[in-house]
Amino acid sequence: MNKSIFKITPCFEDIMPDEYKELVESDPFGKGLGVSQLGTYKELLEEHPLCAGCGLALSLRLILASLPNPEDTVIVGSTGCSALAFPQVALHNIHSVFGNQNAVASGLKRALKLRFPDKVKDVVVIAGDGATADIGLDMVMQSWFRCENITTIMLDNEAYANTGGQESGMSPQGTVLNMAPKGKKFPKISMPEIARESGCAYVAAISPAQPKRLEKMVRRAILTAREVGPSYVQIFSPCPTNYKFKPQEMVARIKQREKEGFFKSKEYITTEAQEYLAGLEEGKKDE
Amino acid sequence: MDRVQRPVEASQLLFESERAPAFITGSEAVMEAIKRANVDMAIAYPITPQSESMHLIGDLYAKGYLKDYYRAENEFAVMAAIHGASLGGGRVFTATSGPGTLRAMEMFPVWAGSRQPIVCAFMCRGVSLPPSIQPENIEMGMLLDTGMLMLHAENVQDFFDMLLKAYLIAEKPDVHLPVGVFVDGFFVTHTRETVMLPPDDLKLLPYDPENSPVPVFDMETPPMRITRDPLLNKSNFISYAANASWHQEVLAAAERARKHLAQYLGGLLEVENPNAKIFIAASGTAVSQGREALKDLLDAGLDVGLIKIKSIRPFPVNELQEATKNAELIVVPEFNAGGWLAKEIKATLNENNRVVAGPRVFGGMTIPKELIISEIHNALNRQNQRL
Ligand SMILES: Cc1ncc(C[n+]2csc(CCOP(=O)(O)OP(=O)(O)O)c2C)c(N)n1
Ligand SMILES: [Mg+2]
Repeated sequence: MNKSIFKITPCFEDIMPDEYKELVESDPFGKGLGVSQLGTYKELLEEHPLCAGCGLALSLRLILASLPNPEDTVIVGSTGCSALAFPQVALHNIHSVFGNQNAVASGLKRALKLRFPDKVKDVVVIAGDGATADIGLDMVMQSWFRCENITTIMLDNEAYANTGGQESGMSPQGTVLNMAPKGKKFPKISMPEIARESGCAYVAAISPAQPKRLEKMVRRAILTAREVGPSYVQIFSPCPTNYKFKPQEMVARIKQREKEGFFKSKEYITTEAQEYLAGLEEGKKDE
Repeated sequence: MDRVQRPVEASQLLFESERAPAFITGSEAVMEAIKRANVDMAIAYPITPQSESMHLIGDLYAKGYLKDYYRAENEFAVMAAIHGASLGGGRVFTATSGPGTLRAMEMFPVWAGSRQPIVCAFMCRGVSLPPSIQPENIEMGMLLDTGMLMLHAENVQDFFDMLLKAYLIAEKPDVHLPVGVFVDGFFVTHTRETVMLPPDDLKLLPYDPENSPVPVFDMETPPMRITRDPLLNKSNFISYAANASWHQEVLAAAERARKHLAQYLGGLLEVENPNAKIFIAASGTAVSQGREALKDLLDAGLDVGLIKIKSIRPFPVNELQEATKNAELIVVPEFNAGGWLAKEIKATLNENNRVVAGPRVFGGMTIPKELIISEIHNALNRQNQRL
C-alpha cells in the first residue's frame, strides 16, 4: 500500500468517523509495531460485536497486531463468529461463503503475485474450527498439497459457535453440545499433525494466554508462507457463551485445559523453513 | 508463445480486422477466444463435455498466453478460487458442465454480489439421476436468478464471439457482473464448423481493475471498514435496507448491460420472418433445429417465423413483446425436461395461451425437426377446434 493515498482530504475531517481519523493519525502501517506496542497505536480492529470474554476476539486482536506487513496483507475469512468482527477490521478482508476460504485465498494469492511481481502481498486465512477442519477441510488440505503460498490460521473455539454451539470436529471427545446430545463420539481432530503431513512448512498451536509467543508464531507462519511453503497456526480460543463459563474466566480456562493436558502449544518446522527463518531472525538481530 | 500478440481496442479485434475461416470444434473455439482475450489465469476441473476445452486452455498456458493455470480439487473450489483471483484484480476464465455447475452453485450469487466480471463457459449436460453425460440444458433454468448475465450460443461461431464479447460486457464499469456463456454440450463442443476468426496476433486490452465499481482486494486503496453495520446478519432495519439495496443494484447493473449487449451482439434476440403469425422461439441449438423445421413449414405454405433468443439474462422482454405482438402461436422447443424458456416467455407475454411449452427433449436425444413441425400442427388443430 502506498501510504500517501491514505489521508483525509482537507475540509472533510469533520465528517470522517473518529476511528478513521485515529487510524490515519496513529496507524500501524509500515512501522514494524507488534504486540508489545499495543495501546500506543490505533488497533486494526475497532468496536467488534463479539461476546464479552470471547477468546476468538482476543486472538484476532493479537493476530492483527502480529502481522509483519499489515500494509500489504489481505485477509480471507469465512462464515462464523469472526465474520461479524471482520467488517470492523481496517485491512482488505474477504468474506465469501462458509468453508471455501482456502480456495479463495489460493486464487487471490496467485492473482496478487501476477499483478505485483516485485512486491510481497501476504494472504492470510483466518477462519473458525468448523470452517477449517469440517466443511472446508478438503480445500484447506488441497491448498497445502498444492504448496500455495498462504498462511491458514484457525480460531479454535471447539464448536460451531455462530450457529448456537453445535459439535465440531475440533470439540473434545465426550463433550455434550447441540447435535451431540449424548456427547461427542470421536476425538478432537489432529489438525497440526494433518498440516505437517500435508505439506505445511511451518505449523504451530498456541493460545492468546501467551501473547508474545502467539506473535512470534504468526510472524513465522506468514514469513514462511512467502518463500518456503504453506503454513498453519491453530489458536485455542475458548467460547464462554457456548461452553457456559464466565467471560472473565477465558484465560484461566486455557490454563486449566493446559494443566489437564488437553491443550499443548506446538511448533513443527521443516528444515528448509527453519533455515529460512534462522536467516531472517539472524538478520534482524544484526540490525 | 508461438505468436507475439498486440493488445488492441475491442472494436478492432471484433469488428474491423479481417477474419479468416477455420474448421474447428466448439472446444477449439473456446481456446481461440481465450487466446485473444488477454486472460491472466484459468482454473480447471475435468467433466464431460467441458474437459477438452480446458485441456486446450492448459496448452495456451504452457505456451505462455496465460500467466497461471491449475487443476483444482472440485468445482466449488474452482469457482471459489476464480472468485479470489478476480477479487485480486485478475482477468479469469473457467468452464464446467451439469453436475459441476450444481456442485459449485453456492458461488454464482457470490460472484454477482461481489460485482465480479468473471467469464465462465457452461457446456450444458444432464444432471443425475439417472446419470447422463448427454446434452441437456436444465442447469440454465437453475441459474436464472443467480444475478449473472447469461448468453446462450447456438453454434460454434456464436460460442467464439460470445466468449470474447462476454469480457467486454462483463467489464463495463456500469455492469461489472459475471457472464455465463452457455452451449448445449456435445452438439456445439464436439462438432466441427467453419468459423470466421480474427487474426490471433491481436488480443483485447488488459483488464484494468481500477475501473471496477468496487475496490479490488489488494491493499492498494485505503483500508476502510466495509460497513459499520455489516450487511451480514445483523437484525436491524438499516442492515436489511443496505442488503436489499445492494441486491437491487446488482439487478440494475444487469439492466444496464442491455445497451452493451445490443452494441456487441446486435440485439438480445434475432427474428426471421418478422411478420409471421406463427413463431418458433428458442435458444441454443434448439434454434438450429427450429430453423430446419422452418424451411419445411415455409415450403408447406405456412406463415412461420423464428425467434432466436441470445440473451437469457437480461431477458429480452420488450423485444419479445414487440416481435410477437401479432403472433397467434409461439412454439418453444427446448433441450430440457423443465421447460424454463417457455416459462420465461409465458411470464413475459400477454395472452400467453399463445405459447406452447414444447416440444421438450432430454436424456441426450436431438430434437428432430419433425417433432417441432408436429407440435405446430397439433397446436393449430387445437386452436381450430376452439374456434
Ligand atoms: C453452506 C453453509 N452451511 C452452514 C452454514 C451455517 N453456519 C454459519 S456459521 C457456522 C458455524 C461456524 O463455525 P466455526 O467455523 O467453528 O466458527 P465459529 O462461529 O465457531 O467462530 C455454520 C454452521 C452456512 N453459513 N453455510
Ligand atoms: Mg468454532
